[in-house]
Amino acid sequence: MKQNRTLAWIVFGIGAAYFVLPLLATVLFSLSIRKSGYTLDAYANVFSDPRFQSTFGFSLWIGLCTIVVGLSIVVPAAYYVRLRAPHLRPVIEFVTLLPLIIPAIVLVFGYVRFYNSSSWLPLTNSNFGTATLLTLAYVALGLPYMYRAVDTGLRTIDVQTLTEAATIMGANQFQVITQVIFPNIIVAVLSGAFLTLAIVIGEFTIASLLGVQVFGVYMENIGANRAFEPAALSIISFVLTWGAMGMIAFLGRFAPKTAPRT
Amino acid sequence: MTSVGSIAEKAAGPVDTGPAVATQPSPLPFLRGVRIGDVLAIAPFAVFAVLFLLLPMSYLLIQAFQAQDGSFTLNNIAGLATPRIASAFWYSIRISAASAVLGAVVGLLMALAIIRGGLPGWIGNIVMTFSGVASNFAGIPLAFAFLATLGRVGLITVLARQLFGIDLYRSGFNLLSFWGLTLTYLYFQIPLMILIIAPAIHGMKKEWNEAAATLGATKWQFWRYVGLPVLWPNLLGTLSLLFANAFGAVATAYALSTSAFNIVPILLFAQIRGDVLGDRGLGAALALGMVVITALANVIYLIVRVRSERWLK
Repeated sequence: MKQNRTLAWIVFGIGAAYFVLPLLATVLFSLSIRKSGYTLDAYANVFSDPRFQSTFGFSLWIGLCTIVVGLSIVVPAAYYVRLRAPHLRPVIEFVTLLPLIIPAIVLVFGYVRFYNSSSWLPLTNSNFGTATLLTLAYVALGLPYMYRAVDTGLRTIDVQTLTEAATIMGANQFQVITQVIFPNIIVAVLSGAFLTLAIVIGEFTIASLLGVQVFGVYMENIGANRAFEPAALSIISFVLTWGAMGMIAFLGRFAPKTAPRT
Repeated sequence: MTSVGSIAEKAAGPVDTGPAVATQPSPLPFLRGVRIGDVLAIAPFAVFAVLFLLLPMSYLLIQAFQAQDGSFTLNNIAGLATPRIASAFWYSIRISAASAVLGAVVGLLMALAIIRGGLPGWIGNIVMTFSGVASNFAGIPLAFAFLATLGRVGLITVLARQLFGIDLYRSGFNLLSFWGLTLTYLYFQIPLMILIIAPAIHGMKKEWNEAAATLGATKWQFWRYVGLPVLWPNLLGTLSLLFANAFGAVATAYALSTSAFNIVPILLFAQIRGDVLGDRGLGAALALGMVVITALANVIYLIVRVRSERWLK
């Protein structure tokens, strides 16, 4: 047993070194923009860059739109499948897994070809159209996680009884979903939302190919032109990802612990 | 289970088409009129799936088999065998395999260390939380971190030279190389492995060790005949998932260097940007080739996941 534990410590130590060293090095690198001593200048440069502010704000906005659109697609469908059409479950689950099978770059390739300026629905013609297309691409990226989160949430509540109770009291189906089901799975929904946000906020490939100036594209741009600011951006992104994951862990404490009833 | 919902389920059961259900009268009076709601509930999802997943992908699929004049051809698929594209596929497959295998092995060892190695519980918690973050820390910021660490002017490169007189780049290391990229990919591959394999390791019961020990098995025999066979489907499945994960990644490699890596996603990136292949059909075939490979990897994952769930309940 003793030998076992020593081995475990060694494995953990090597792993910890691999994961901590790049972070540590990046932090130090981001602080050493001046020849003498450590400063936060690289961070100041980033935060005061108007393009940082505009692209980051825009990415947040796209992320929020992605979450809202994603939820309004996923919640009713997952509810419907659970309550009325369990036989459709394999089909829906297969569709939600498609974005894991199709690489993001292939997805955007399909969009560029299918929605280009000479197509039946030329979404890439206007800024608004491209932003819409980007949002929908992100909805597709987040679909596997969003659906899983919502479905897990639905499993912990008694969808059937809640629906019956609400229907008897005169609620229509829209009201059942928005005012009864949704508030009951809000914790699961928010977890899915934060995960989506973490994926979307620094995304580069799709945005770059659609030609939308978002945070990921800005970062790539800075990487090609500056030395120390990219390291600062890397640390900022890491902190953001940590924040999103921390929110998910925090929300997990409020998730209902009751056994599934259906 | 004799409640309204299950009756409704049965009523809807045999009828497969959504819209047809809507027009049928409900068996229970107060459910009448809810049917139209059913259609509205599934409609946004269906419309999205058709417009933004199925149609664009089918369009690419068709183009992969279309000549410039629109007629059917297999030339595009045959074009994948040209040296430039074939070597990109080969490089991509090797890099994905290397990062998947290394990620799986290291991730498994780390998961075993924190779960069964007798380390304090708080270390396990930290590792799991960190894995959640690191598995999502990919793309541009990850490339920046590794450039700042192991690039030509990266901190470790400089420190190694100043403190120990070791010139990493003179002695054969290069971040912009096969192993450099693999090392970078491992930063999200290992955590992903830990996240996926940890529940399986938790599922291995203490009684199995005791039963094997009672029968006189050594620790090696336990792992050889009990532990690994139980984990094996999970390992294989996760391996294929990690493979697909690396195979589709483009941003990390692109931010490390726009030209150093001859991998398929970067070639496809350049093709979408500026038609570098000079052939629209060939571009579509390239995308099709990528999907076929990631689909294969994912199918393996899904099949073995179903099989492995038998033991780990």
